[in-house]
Amino acid sequence: MNVKLYVWQRATAAIMVPLVIIHIAVIFYVSRRGLTAADILSRTHGSVLWAAYYGLFVAAASIHAGIGVRNVLIEWSPFRERSIETFAVLFGQFLLWTGAWTVYVLVLA
Amino acid sequence: MPGELSVSLWRGGDQGRYQTYRVPRRESQTVLDVVTFVQRHLDPTLTYRFACRVGVCGSCAMTVNGRPRWTCRTHVAKVAADDRLTIGPLENLRIIKDLATDMQPFFEKWQQAKGAFEPSKTRADAIEQIRPDEPARRLADAAIECINCGVCYAACDTVRWNQNYFGPAALTRAWTLVNDRRDAGNAARLQAVAGAGGCHSCHSHQSCQELCPQALNPTAAIAGLKRRTVAAYLKGDIAP
Repeated sequence: MNVKLYVWQRATAAIMVPLVIIHIAVIFYVSRRGLTAADILSRTHGSVLWAAYYGLFVAAASIHAGIGVRNVLIEWSPFRERSIETFAVLFGQFLLWTGAWTVYVLVLA
Repeated sequence: MPGELSVSLWRGGDQGRYQTYRVPRRESQTVLDVVTFVQRHLDPTLTYRFACRVGVCGSCAMTVNGRPRWTCRTHVAKVAADDRLTIGPLENLRIIKDLATDMQPFFEKWQQAKGAFEPSKTRADAIEQIRPDEPARRLADAAIECINCGVCYAACDTVRWNQNYFGPAALTRAWTLVNDRRDAGNAARLQAVAGAGGCHSCHSHQSCQELCPQALNPTAAIAGLKRRTVAAYLKGDIAP
Protein backbone atom coordinates (compact mmCIF):
# COMPACT_ATOMS: atom_id res chain seq x y z
CA MET A 1 0.00 0.00 0.00
CA ASN A 2 1.39 3.39 -0.90
CA VAL A 3 1.01 6.60 1.08
CA LYS A 4 -1.91 7.86 -1.03
CA LEU A 5 -4.02 4.76 -0.36
CA TYR A 6 -2.93 4.86 3.30
CA VAL A 7 -4.14 8.43 3.74
CA TRP A 8 -7.48 7.69 2.06
CA GLN A 9 -8.03 4.56 4.14
CA ARG A 10 -7.16 6.23 7.45
CA ALA A 11 -9.15 9.37 6.61
CA THR A 12 -12.27 7.40 5.67
CA ALA A 13 -11.85 5.31 8.84
CA ALA A 14 -11.72 8.49 10.92
CA ILE A 15 -14.86 9.77 9.21
CA MET A 16 -16.67 6.50 9.84
CA VAL A 17 -15.93 6.27 13.58
CA PRO A 18 -18.69 8.69 14.66
CA LEU A 19 -20.96 7.57 11.79
CA VAL A 20 -20.81 3.91 12.89
CA ILE A 21 -21.62 4.86 16.49
CA ILE A 22 -24.65 6.88 15.35
CA HIS A 23 -25.68 4.07 12.97
CA ILE A 24 -25.59 1.48 15.77
CA ALA A 25 -27.51 3.84 18.08
CA VAL A 26 -30.17 4.22 15.37
CA ILE A 27 -30.42 0.43 14.97
CA PHE A 28 -30.96 0.07 18.73
CA TYR A 29 -33.51 2.86 18.71
CA VAL A 30 -35.44 1.36 15.80
CA SER A 31 -35.48 -2.16 17.21
CA ARG A 32 -36.34 -1.11 20.79
CA ARG A 33 -39.18 1.10 19.55
CA GLY A 34 -40.36 -1.63 17.16
CA LEU A 35 -40.56 0.78 14.23
CA THR A 36 -41.86 -0.60 10.93
CA ALA A 37 -40.39 0.12 7.51
CA ALA A 38 -43.21 2.59 6.94
CA ASP A 39 -42.36 4.35 10.23
CA ILE A 40 -38.73 4.65 9.20
CA LEU A 41 -39.50 5.92 5.71
CA SER A 42 -41.90 8.49 7.10
CA ARG A 43 -39.03 9.89 9.21
CA THR A 44 -36.31 9.77 6.53
CA HIS A 45 -38.29 10.81 3.48
CA GLY A 46 -37.26 14.25 2.31
CA SER A 47 -34.70 14.65 5.09
CA VAL A 48 -31.56 16.46 3.93
CA LEU A 49 -29.86 15.48 7.18
CA TRP A 50 -30.37 11.72 6.71
CA ALA A 51 -29.36 11.99 3.04
CA ALA A 52 -26.14 13.78 3.97
CA TYR A 53 -25.44 11.40 6.86
CA TYR A 54 -25.91 8.14 4.95
CA GLY A 55 -24.50 9.61 1.71
CA LEU A 56 -21.25 10.42 3.52
CA PHE A 57 -21.30 7.01 5.21
CA VAL A 58 -21.72 5.19 1.89
CA ALA A 59 -18.94 7.18 0.20
CA ALA A 60 -16.49 6.64 3.07
CA ALA A 61 -17.33 2.93 3.40
CA SER A 62 -16.95 2.34 -0.36
CA ILE A 63 -13.49 3.89 -0.47
CA HIS A 64 -12.38 2.27 2.79
CA ALA A 65 -13.61 -1.20 1.85
CA GLY A 66 -12.23 -1.01 -1.69
CA ILE A 67 -8.73 -0.25 -0.41
CA GLY A 68 -9.04 -2.86 2.34
CA VAL A 69 -10.14 -5.61 -0.05
CA ARG A 70 -7.24 -4.71 -2.33
CA ASN A 71 -4.75 -5.12 0.53
CA VAL A 72 -6.24 -8.39 1.75
CA LEU A 73 -6.21 -9.92 -1.73
CA ILE A 74 -2.66 -8.76 -2.46
CA GLU A 75 -1.45 -10.49 0.70
CA TRP A 76 -3.66 -13.58 0.74
CA SER A 77 -4.59 -14.41 -2.85
CA PRO A 78 -2.49 -15.76 -5.72
CA PHE A 79 -3.87 -13.26 -8.26
CA ARG A 80 -1.78 -10.58 -9.98
CA GLU A 81 -1.77 -7.09 -8.51
CA ARG A 82 -3.23 -5.51 -11.65
CA SER A 83 -6.22 -7.90 -11.58
CA ILE A 84 -6.72 -7.31 -7.87
CA GLU A 85 -6.72 -3.54 -8.33
CA THR A 86 -9.33 -3.79 -11.07
CA PHE A 87 -11.49 -5.99 -8.84
CA ALA A 88 -11.05 -3.63 -5.86
CA VAL A 89 -12.16 -0.62 -7.93
CA LEU A 90 -15.22 -2.54 -9.18
CA PHE A 91 -16.00 -3.71 -5.64
CA GLY A 92 -15.79 -0.15 -4.32
CA GLN A 93 -18.04 1.08 -7.12
CA PHE A 94 -20.53 -1.72 -6.41
CA LEU A 95 -20.73 -0.60 -2.77
CA LEU A 96 -21.01 3.04 -3.82
CA TRP A 97 -23.85 2.53 -6.29
CA THR A 98 -25.85 0.05 -4.19
CA GLY A 99 -25.38 2.33 -1.17
CA ALA A 100 -26.34 5.41 -3.15
CA TRP A 101 -29.46 3.64 -4.40
CA THR A 102 -30.41 2.74 -0.83
CA VAL A 103 -29.99 6.35 0.29
CA TYR A 104 -32.10 7.47 -2.68
CA VAL A 105 -34.88 5.04 -1.77
CA LEU A 106 -34.67 6.02 1.90
CA VAL A 107 -34.86 9.76 1.35
CA LEU A 108 -36.18 10.66 -2.10
CA ALA A 109 -38.17 7.83 -3.68
CA MET B 1 26.14 -30.51 33.24
CA PRO B 2 25.85 -34.11 32.01
CA GLY B 3 23.31 -35.39 29.53
CA GLU B 4 22.47 -35.19 25.89
CA LEU B 5 20.47 -32.98 23.62
CA SER B 6 18.19 -34.30 20.90
CA VAL B 7 18.84 -31.89 18.02
CA SER B 8 16.79 -31.87 14.80
CA LEU B 9 18.52 -29.95 12.01
CA TRP B 10 17.07 -29.03 8.63
CA ARG B 11 19.00 -30.79 5.88
CA GLY B 12 18.72 -30.01 2.18
CA GLY B 13 16.96 -27.23 0.28
CA ASP B 14 13.26 -26.36 0.03
CA GLN B 15 12.39 -30.05 -0.27
CA GLY B 16 14.64 -31.12 2.59
CA ARG B 17 13.73 -32.64 5.94
CA TYR B 18 14.77 -32.59 9.59
CA GLN B 19 17.46 -35.02 10.71
CA THR B 20 18.05 -35.77 14.38
CA TYR B 21 21.44 -35.87 16.13
CA ARG B 22 22.56 -36.55 19.70
CA VAL B 23 24.77 -33.77 21.05
CA PRO B 24 26.45 -33.69 24.51
CA ARG B 25 24.94 -31.13 26.86
CA ARG B 26 27.45 -28.61 28.19
CA GLU B 27 27.41 -25.69 30.55
CA SER B 28 26.86 -22.23 29.00
CA GLN B 29 26.29 -23.96 25.67
CA THR B 30 24.88 -21.81 22.87
CA VAL B 31 22.74 -22.97 19.96
CA LEU B 32 25.63 -22.12 17.62
CA ASP B 33 27.88 -24.39 19.75
CA VAL B 34 25.40 -27.21 19.14
CA VAL B 35 25.33 -26.69 15.38
CA THR B 36 29.13 -26.44 15.27
CA PHE B 37 29.45 -29.68 17.28
CA VAL B 38 27.30 -31.52 14.73
CA GLN B 39 29.39 -30.25 11.82
CA ARG B 40 32.76 -30.96 13.44
CA HIS B 41 31.99 -34.31 15.04
CA LEU B 42 28.93 -35.88 13.43
CA ASP B 43 28.40 -34.63 9.88
CA PRO B 44 30.95 -32.37 8.13
CA THR B 45 28.57 -31.82 5.19
CA LEU B 46 26.28 -29.64 7.34
CA THR B 47 26.08 -26.11 5.93
CA TYR B 48 25.49 -23.08 8.14
CA ARG B 49 26.72 -19.49 8.39
CA PHE B 50 28.52 -17.71 11.19
CA ALA B 51 31.49 -15.38 11.67
CA CYS B 52 32.06 -13.47 14.90
CA ARG B 53 30.34 -15.77 17.46
CA VAL B 54 29.76 -12.79 19.78
CA GLY B 55 26.60 -11.10 18.46
CA VAL B 56 28.21 -8.46 16.28
CA CYS B 57 28.21 -9.70 12.69
CA GLY B 58 24.58 -10.82 12.42
CA SER B 59 25.27 -13.84 10.21
CA CYS B 60 24.26 -16.82 12.40
CA ALA B 61 20.49 -16.29 12.71
CA MET B 62 18.38 -19.44 12.41
CA THR B 63 14.94 -20.67 13.39
CA VAL B 64 15.28 -22.24 16.84
CA ASN B 65 12.28 -24.16 18.20
CA GLY B 66 10.00 -22.19 15.90
CA ARG B 67 11.40 -18.72 16.51
CA PRO B 68 14.10 -16.79 14.64
CA ARG B 69 17.07 -16.13 16.91
CA TRP B 70 20.75 -15.19 16.81
CA THR B 71 22.23 -18.55 17.64
CA CYS B 72 25.61 -17.35 18.97
CA ARG B 73 23.97 -15.46 21.84
CA THR B 74 21.11 -17.87 22.48
CA HIS B 75 21.86 -20.22 25.32
CA VAL B 76 20.51 -23.74 25.05
CA ALA B 77 19.27 -23.51 28.64
CA LYS B 78 17.02 -20.62 27.62
CA VAL B 79 15.27 -22.32 24.71
CA ALA B 80 15.49 -26.10 25.28
CA ALA B 81 13.89 -26.81 28.63
CA ASP B 82 13.27 -30.46 27.69
CA ASP B 83 16.70 -30.92 26.06
CA ARG B 84 15.20 -30.87 22.57
CA LEU B 85 16.15 -28.44 19.84
CA THR B 86 14.69 -28.03 16.37
CA ILE B 87 16.91 -25.79 14.27
CA GLY B 88 15.98 -24.68 10.77
CA PRO B 89 16.93 -21.96 8.31
CA LEU B 90 15.39 -18.47 8.60
CA GLU B 91 11.89 -18.21 7.16
CA ASN B 92 10.87 -15.81 4.36
CA LEU B 93 14.19 -16.42 2.57
CA ARG B 94 15.15 -19.04 0.01
CA ILE B 95 17.12 -21.93 1.46
CA ILE B 96 20.52 -22.40 -0.18
CA LYS B 97 21.35 -25.56 1.76
CA ASP B 98 20.65 -26.83 5.27
CA LEU B 99 20.72 -23.83 7.63
CA ALA B 100 22.05 -21.25 5.16
CA THR B 101 19.55 -18.94 3.43
CA ASP B 102 19.99 -16.58 0.50
CA MET B 103 20.10 -13.11 2.10
CA GLN B 104 20.21 -11.27 -1.24
CA PRO B 105 16.54 -10.11 -1.23
CA PHE B 106 16.98 -8.86 2.34
CA PHE B 107 19.91 -6.61 1.38
CA GLU B 108 18.38 -5.59 -1.96
CA LYS B 109 15.35 -4.29 -0.10
CA TRP B 110 17.67 -2.48 2.30
CA GLN B 111 19.03 -0.65 -0.74
CA GLN B 112 15.57 -0.06 -2.24
CA ALA B 113 14.62 1.68 1.02
CA LYS B 114 17.65 3.96 0.48
CA GLY B 115 19.54 2.57 3.45
CA ALA B 116 22.88 3.99 2.31
CA PHE B 117 24.07 7.26 3.87
CA GLU B 118 24.08 10.20 1.43
CA PRO B 119 26.68 12.72 2.55
CA SER B 120 25.76 16.40 2.58
CA LYS B 121 29.31 17.65 3.05
CA THR B 122 32.73 17.00 1.59
CA ARG B 123 35.91 16.18 3.45
CA ALA B 124 36.92 19.83 2.99
CA ASP B 125 34.00 20.95 5.20
CA ALA B 126 34.23 21.20 8.96
CA ILE B 127 32.89 18.24 10.93
CA GLU B 128 29.30 18.86 11.88
CA GLN B 129 28.68 19.15 15.59
CA ILE B 130 25.73 17.02 16.73
CA ARG B 131 24.76 16.84 20.37
CA PRO B 132 23.77 13.32 21.51
CA ASP B 133 20.72 14.70 23.31
CA GLU B 134 19.19 16.35 20.23
CA PRO B 135 15.68 14.88 19.73
CA ALA B 136 16.38 13.76 16.16
CA ARG B 137 19.72 12.24 17.16
CA ARG B 138 18.01 10.28 19.94
CA LEU B 139 15.61 8.83 17.37
CA ALA B 140 18.51 7.95 15.07
CA ASP B 141 20.48 6.38 17.91
CA ALA B 142 17.48 4.27 18.97
CA ALA B 143 17.79 2.06 15.90
CA ILE B 144 21.42 2.43 14.91
CA GLU B 145 22.58 -0.82 16.54
CA CYS B 146 20.86 -3.02 13.93
CA ILE B 147 23.25 -5.81 12.87
CA ASN B 148 21.16 -6.93 9.87
CA CYS B 149 20.80 -10.46 11.19
CA GLY B 150 17.47 -10.91 9.40
CA VAL B 151 15.59 -12.11 12.52
CA CYS B 152 12.92 -9.40 12.14
CA TYR B 153 12.57 -10.16 8.43
CA ALA B 154 12.06 -13.86 9.16
CA ALA B 155 9.56 -13.08 11.95
CA CYS B 156 7.47 -10.65 9.86
CA ASP B 157 4.00 -11.78 8.74
CA THR B 158 3.80 -8.99 6.17
CA VAL B 159 7.03 -10.14 4.52
CA ARG B 160 5.54 -13.64 4.37
CA TRP B 161 2.36 -12.37 2.70
CA ASN B 162 3.75 -9.59 0.50
CA GLN B 163 6.88 -10.34 -1.50
CA ASN B 164 7.39 -6.64 -2.24
CA TYR B 165 7.43 -5.48 1.38
CA PHE B 166 10.84 -4.09 2.37
CA GLY B 167 10.67 -5.54 5.88
CA PRO B 168 11.47 -4.16 9.35
CA ALA B 169 15.28 -3.95 9.06
CA ALA B 170 15.33 -1.93 5.83
CA LEU B 171 12.66 0.47 7.09
CA THR B 172 14.37 0.86 10.47
CA ARG B 173 17.57 1.78 8.66
CA ALA B 174 15.64 4.33 6.58
CA TRP B 175 14.19 5.83 9.78
CA THR B 176 17.68 6.14 11.25
CA LEU B 177 18.86 8.13 8.23
CA VAL B 178 15.68 10.22 8.08
CA ASN B 179 16.66 11.45 11.56
CA ASP B 180 20.32 12.01 10.69
CA ARG B 181 20.61 15.67 9.73
CA ARG B 182 23.97 15.08 8.03
CA ASP B 183 22.18 12.99 5.41
CA ALA B 184 21.16 14.62 2.11
CA GLY B 185 19.07 11.81 0.64
CA ASN B 186 15.79 12.13 2.50
CA ALA B 187 13.63 13.30 -0.40
CA ALA B 188 14.38 10.14 -2.36
CA ARG B 189 14.26 8.04 0.83
CA LEU B 190 10.79 9.23 1.87
CA GLN B 191 9.62 8.71 -1.71
CA ALA B 192 10.98 5.14 -1.65
CA VAL B 193 9.43 4.12 1.67
CA ALA B 194 6.07 5.75 0.78
CA GLY B 195 5.56 3.54 -2.27
CA ALA B 196 4.33 -0.02 -2.71
CA GLY B 197 6.31 -2.31 -0.40
CA GLY B 198 7.12 0.59 1.91
CA CYS B 199 6.19 1.46 5.48
CA HIS B 200 2.43 1.65 4.87
CA SER B 201 2.24 -2.09 4.28
CA CYS B 202 3.21 -2.77 7.93
CA HIS B 203 0.37 -4.20 10.07
CA SER B 204 2.12 -3.38 13.36
CA HIS B 205 2.04 -7.01 14.51
CA GLN B 206 5.27 -6.24 16.40
CA SER B 207 6.91 -9.64 15.91
CA CYS B 208 10.06 -7.72 14.88
CA GLN B 209 10.07 -5.83 18.15
CA GLU B 210 9.38 -9.00 20.13
CA LEU B 211 12.23 -10.98 18.59
CA CYS B 212 14.92 -8.41 17.72
CA PRO B 213 18.07 -9.66 19.47
CA GLN B 214 19.28 -6.09 19.90
CA ALA B 215 15.99 -5.12 21.59
CA LEU B 216 15.31 -2.52 18.90
CA ASN B 217 11.78 -1.42 18.06
CA PRO B 218 11.29 -1.54 14.27
CA THR B 219 7.52 -1.13 14.69
CA ALA B 220 8.08 2.29 16.27
CA ALA B 221 10.56 3.21 13.52
CA ILE B 222 8.04 2.23 10.84
CA ALA B 223 5.31 4.21 12.63
CA GLY B 224 7.67 7.19 12.52
CA LEU B 225 8.13 6.72 8.79
CA LYS B 226 4.35 6.54 8.33
CA ARG B 227 3.91 9.89 10.07
CA ARG B 228 6.78 11.52 8.21
CA THR B 229 5.69 10.29 4.77
CA VAL B 230 2.05 11.28 5.33
CA ALA B 231 3.19 14.80 6.27
CA ALA B 232 5.45 14.94 3.19
CA TYR B 233 2.60 13.67 0.96
CA LEU B 234 0.09 16.18 2.29
CA LYS B 235 2.61 18.99 1.75
CA GLY B 236 3.21 17.78 -1.80
CA ASP B 237 6.88 16.93 -1.22
CA ILE B 238 6.41 13.34 -2.41
CA ALA B 239 4.03 11.67 -4.84
CA PRO B 240 3.03 7.98 -4.71
